Amino acid sequence: MRSLSGANRRDFLKKCLTGAAVLGASGRMGLLAAAEEGAAFAKSKVVIAHDAMLRGTGTTVDSGRMLSLLDRAMQALFDRDNPSETWKKLVRPGETVGLKVNTLGGRGLSSNVQLVEAICERLQEAGIKASDIVVWDRDSDEMEHVGFHLTAGGNRVQCFGTDRVDYEQELAMYGSVGSRLSKILTQRCNVLINVPVLKDHDGAGVTIALKNMYGVIHNPNKYHPNGCDPYIADLNMLPEIRSKMRLTICDATTACFEGGPGYKPQYSWKNNALMVSQDPVALDYTGWQIIERKRAEKGLKALEGDKRAPRYIATAADAQHRLGTNDPKRIAVVEV
Amino acid sequence: MKARRVLLVMLGVALLLDAGCKRPSGNGRSFFPASNQVAGWAMTGDIRIFEAADLWKYIDGDAERYLKAGAQSVSTADYKFQNKIDATADIYTMGNAEGADTIFRSEPAVDVKPIQLGDAARLSSQSLVFRKGSFLVRIVAFEESTETEQALLQLGRGIESRLARG
Repeated sequence: MRSLSGANRRDFLKKCLTGAAVLGASGRMGLLAAAEEGAAFAKSKVVIAHDAMLRGTGTTVDSGRMLSLLDRAMQALFDRDNPSETWKKLVRPGETVGLKVNTLGGRGLSSNVQLVEAICERLQEAGIKASDIVVWDRDSDEMEHVGFHLTAGGNRVQCFGTDRVDYEQELAMYGSVGSRLSKILTQRCNVLINVPVLKDHDGAGVTIALKNMYGVIHNPNKYHPNGCDPYIADLNMLPEIRSKMRLTICDATTACFEGGPGYKPQYSWKNNALMVSQDPVALDYTGWQIIERKRAEKGLKALEGDKRAPRYIATAADAQHRLGTNDPKRIAVVEV
Repeated sequence: MKARRVLLVMLGVALLLDAGCKRPSGNGRSFFPASNQVAGWAMTGDIRIFEAADLWKYIDGDAERYLKAGAQSVSTADYKFQNKIDATADIYTMGNAEGADTIFRSEPAVDVKPIQLGDAARLSSQSLVFRKGSFLVRIVAFEESTETEQALLQLGRGIESRLARG
């Protein structure tokens, strides 16, 4: 067993102190009850990192500034002082990492290529081989259309859509969902990093982390009735998704407050931010609030008034799913 | 004999009704100006057409709203203005003018101005939306500049004239 490094020692001591405080406060409570009480105090962290100069004086995102923004977000999420430590907490050499991007919105409202490049750079520094990273979405043409350079094979970061490898033959099922999963998810990665976009959605209300998994299945068109509820939550319960999902890095550099999921410039704004969290429900809840604030600023009704409040978020947090929390008292939003 | 007469009358009525229906005519591809048919605009890719059953592949969850309004297909083409500004033009073929109007009116007028084009139109700094008969047209530019609005309007007029010719 390795001796504890500086950061791990800090972690260990923190946990000990927290545990001791909880035990002390719990009085006669047993250890399990104390642990549960400790867990109840725990909050889901959602970090929002901003950079007003992300695009300099132009409209194109600056790669260097994007990398710095990503570093700031990750360091705040994992409470670390430098970027390489944060990524080593997340992945280990030998793992295969899938970055599920969102390119459905087309140019103007898709996962930023510069963001994905920054993630790939940090993953490689953490010891993941380039060829063990796959950037993917449902369709290669859509990815290419928004600027991704397709690559399959060789020693480079892989980048292609499910259309190149197909879906599994068997249905994966949970609750209301029965779908064939992308072979990229099932066969090409054992770690999933979700890279959605912050968007309004005509059916679901919003489409952020949880709904980005619609791009993993062969039949997303079947799951849009009733505001995509409970389909979004049920989909994210599939073991292949739930067990592999490690992190959400939401591209909120350009966001959309109306008319989504496609790009409509008059309803989009340059938010110049990233949102990161390990709780996709908390992230979606927080993103929803951001969109509502923008809608109010533009004189639009709240999504509830438009009869499309994102009900799926509460479903994802309910006792049957427990995919995360939608309780604002249990969400710590950290802005950096 | 009587049944046959009834059938013939019914067929005649059906044919008359059919002739009265407003159906969109024309080929989705012919509505897009070729390169330089509108000054400054060059087509940069293939025209793609998504029929109703596949509309979700292009616009995902938005497809429900369009299908409810009677969308039959969308044709889409990419353009570039003076080698500087990329844009995408979508032409939705709806079942009738009412369907096009339903979609047009459903979109809030945020940061847009009404203009004279087709049956109704709105222009913003990076997008033009108009309806003409049973067609709904959306042109989106991906860069904003002092020239973008006028450039969008020119392309929109080019498409509108082709829709009018059917």
